[in-house]
Amino acid sequence: MNNVIFYILVMAVVTYLIRVLPLTFIRKEIKNVYIRSFLFYIPYVTLAVMIFPAILEATASPWSALVGFIVAIIFAYRGASLVSVALLSCFSVFVVELFLY
Amino acid sequence: MNTKIRAWKSGVKNGIPIAMGYFAVAFTFGILAKQAGLNPFEAVLMSVTNLTSAGQFAGLTLIASSAAIAEVVIAQLIINSRYFLMSFALSQKIDPKTSFFHRSIMSYGITDEVFGVSVSVPGKLNPYYVYGVMIVAVPGWAMGTLFGVISGSVLSPRLMSALSIALFGMLLAVIIPQAKGNKIIAGLIVISMVLSCAFAVMPILQSISSGVKIIILTILIAGIAAFVFPVKEHTYE
Repeated sequence: MNNVIFYILVMAVVTYLIRVLPLTFIRKEIKNVYIRSFLFYIPYVTLAVMIFPAILEATASPWSALVGFIVAIIFAYRGASLVSVALLSCFSVFVVELFLY
Repeated sequence: MNTKIRAWKSGVKNGIPIAMGYFAVAFTFGILAKQAGLNPFEAVLMSVTNLTSAGQFAGLTLIASSAAIAEVVIAQLIINSRYFLMSFALSQKIDPKTSFFHRSIMSYGITDEVFGVSVSVPGKLNPYYVYGVMIVAVPGWAMGTLFGVISGSVLSPRLMSALSIALFGMLLAVIIPQAKGNKIIAGLIVISMVLSCAFAVMPILQSISSGVKIIILTILIAGIAAFVFPVKEHTYE
């Protein structure tokens, strides 16, 4: 087997194991209120940590990204759908960059 | 049968912005994969089997430097450890009776974005919803890689820049609505972003890799929140 492909498969197996073990082994509903609360808070904390400040480096300029960030928050807060929030955020970045460059 | 199709369709719909964002990120990945000496087949194979951005970018560097396999394993464990927590959270979001078969296929699709949209559906999570998201998102990731590796520069820089924020916009659309009626969640989001920023700018904390940072902050903030504000009932309803 080609060396690069071996690396790729090792990476794939490790990554899959991380993903599959909890979901297949934890088959019961957890009753403990602290663990349940911990799991309940995970998405908000993890995703928030990942979004900021990384979002500021996602586009060609931190300023366009900042506008995209604010636009996304406003529309998400007002209850716009996932697709609309993503598109409006892209659109605002596009428009801001037309003025910047 | 009907609920399966409905869940699948709603998954497909929410998979579209993910696929767009994936295309842009994977495009960049494809360009770097080419620079690291991978051919189009290898680059797409990596994207399809790994389905993770940070892990794949790190993988390229390791492959280019002919790193030891143990090093590759440890790097992937650290960078992708957040999926362990996500998978743990999803284990409580699905029906406990969900079969091993469904669990093992769903697991393949646990990325930050697929997790985000999956955990935010009301009620229990139907595996077919996840499949719907995956059926659009995975080709977006694979096609982006392919185009990146064979072309180098097809998309205009303006379009790439605009598309690059799609995933962040989508993730915000996942967490912000929940913060609206819940002051605890709103506070946690703000605290998480502030601490994440501190990790990015403070001299010593700066050297911590992003995979480790995500795990440390998640366990710390969600752990403390669980003790201070335990959620009594209907956690996942």
